[in-house]
Amino acid sequence: MIRYIEKIGDNALYTLQDLGRMGIFLAMSIAGVFKRPFRFGAMIRQVRLIGANSFWVIFFTAGFTGMVLGLQGYYTLRKFGSEGALGSAVALSLLRELGPVLTALMVTGRAGSAMCAEIGIMRNSEQIDALECMAIDPFRYLITPKFLATLISIPLLTLIFNVVGIFGGYLAGCELLGVNPGAYFAGMEQSVINKDINMGIVKSFVFALLVVWICTGRGYFVHGIRGAGFGAEGVSRVTTQAVVLSSIAILIWDYLITAIML
Amino acid sequence: MSAVIIELKNVYKSFGSQTVLNGVSLTIESGKTTVIAGPSGQGKSVTLKLILGLLKPDSGQIFVAGEDISRMRAKNLNRVRTRFGVLFQGGALLDSLTVFDNVALPLEERTSMRWSEVQERVLTTLEQLGLKGHEEKYPAQLSGGMRKRVGLARALMLQPEIMLFDEPTTGLDPEKSLEIYKLFMDTQERFGYTSLIVSHDIPKIFNLADQVIIVNKGQFNTFASPEELHQSEIPEIQAFVDSTMGNVYLSREME
Ligand SMILES: Nc1ncnc2c1ncn2[C@@H]1O[C@H](COP(=O)(O)OP(=O)(O)OP(=O)(O)O)[C@@H](O)[C@H]1O
Ligand SMILES: [Mg+2]
Repeated sequence: MIRYIEKIGDNALYTLQDLGRMGIFLAMSIAGVFKRPFRFGAMIRQVRLIGANSFWVIFFTAGFTGMVLGLQGYYTLRKFGSEGALGSAVALSLLRELGPVLTALMVTGRAGSAMCAEIGIMRNSEQIDALECMAIDPFRYLITPKFLATLISIPLLTLIFNVVGIFGGYLAGCELLGVNPGAYFAGMEQSVINKDINMGIVKSFVFALLVVWICTGRGYFVHGIRGAGFGAEGVSRVTTQAVVLSSIAILIWDYLITAIML
Repeated sequence: MSAVIIELKNVYKSFGSQTVLNGVSLTIESGKTTVIAGPSGQGKSVTLKLILGLLKPDSGQIFVAGEDISRMRAKNLNRVRTRFGVLFQGGALLDSLTVFDNVALPLEERTSMRWSEVQERVLTTLEQLGLKGHEEKYPAQLSGGMRKRVGLARALMLQPEIMLFDEPTTGLDPEKSLEIYKLFMDTQERFGYTSLIVSHDIPKIFNLADQVIIVNKGQFNTFASPEELHQSEIPEIQAFVDSTMGNVYLSREME
């Protein structure tokens, strides 16, 4: 019994400590933005790695998501005789919900895991220690460019996702199932209001922050994470953990933001 | 007597239940060469990390040029670190940068030197270290010994006051390690830095060192000369000396 309580207390302490250091990590990463010299080139390179290289993944995910929305929406709406509302149904689902969430999840899988592994390996092979010894701030040098690049990339990719998704819905709804294209786009124009767009934007920035924070943070603390172990195995475990944690965090925050902004 | 530049006072450090440093005190004088030797896993690398402020001691004080770094904030710590050049045991090169960029990194990040000047400095140093023609390779494409030399080049770039070398010659053939030691002497003469070397090659290094510290069970024992070391009464040190130092006298005879 006492053992059991001890274990709970121990886990609670660990969680608290973990949250604390992740908080400091976030603060240091943001502080890195204001430290000179600013690594503009590194940031651009990261935008390419995180953003541009994710283009095709996002393109296909968005295209097929839009097409599925078109099909499913058509069959549901037809029951109520309101196929004309297909455009707004597709657009609203994408803008408010699926665009930001799916983009963030895809980027987590593609770039978040890579960032986590990269930082974890650098920690493991003392590269981060070496930076500190040269009095080069590892946050400014390494982490901050990734933060900024993700905060630039995910919202832009979300935008692309939404546009491609809407055309996917058009393809399925209008070209395949014969909904009037005019109605498809006009319905969209009437029903989408600023609030919907704002919600999508807020979500994509919050998700971007979550992804980059969790993924780089897990990698940075690879040695301090309970049960992760050391070496290559430690990095691989931590990477898995980072992907799982970011995905869950994205879904939880998706709910919270929706509840707050609705 | 010259000024003390690094001083450890009664330093304790443990990881979980394992005590690594058990009340270590040592002093290192400015401009001198100190060698720390001892069996593997006894806390030599940990000591270097403590001196660099990468690890914090559980208790005790660590002075670098009179300042206690064991409780120092990050900003001041960075200032103190500018005195150091470090060669890590594994090299710790940034593996996404080429040899050239690795060596140029401290100059680019920490000075406002012109690019042409950076280039010249880096290329000259690389050439001195026998790395000419390998500038565009990545660390993963180098041999262990080459990685060490690149690490050394990087550490020398900012002309530090204190150089810390963690096993600079392990994994090098005898000829290359001799070259590295020659390089130490040359650069030390030129830049006048204090050096702290962790090494297994006690025989070779004794010609070079002002004092030798043998690590044993979390305690550090300082010796001023090979003779003194040889006469040590501590059984573990005698054993260590017998296993590693036998050839000191052999090599002397050969000379
Ligand atoms: N971050 C750490 N966490 C836990 N234990 C550690 C850590 N770093 C070092 N140790 C332990 O401290 C002890 C001393 O390690 P250290 O790396 O200083 O050995 P060393 O004397 O440099 O050995 P070698 O000659 O093999 O390099 C080892 O037993 C090691 O397991
Ligand atoms: Mg070591």
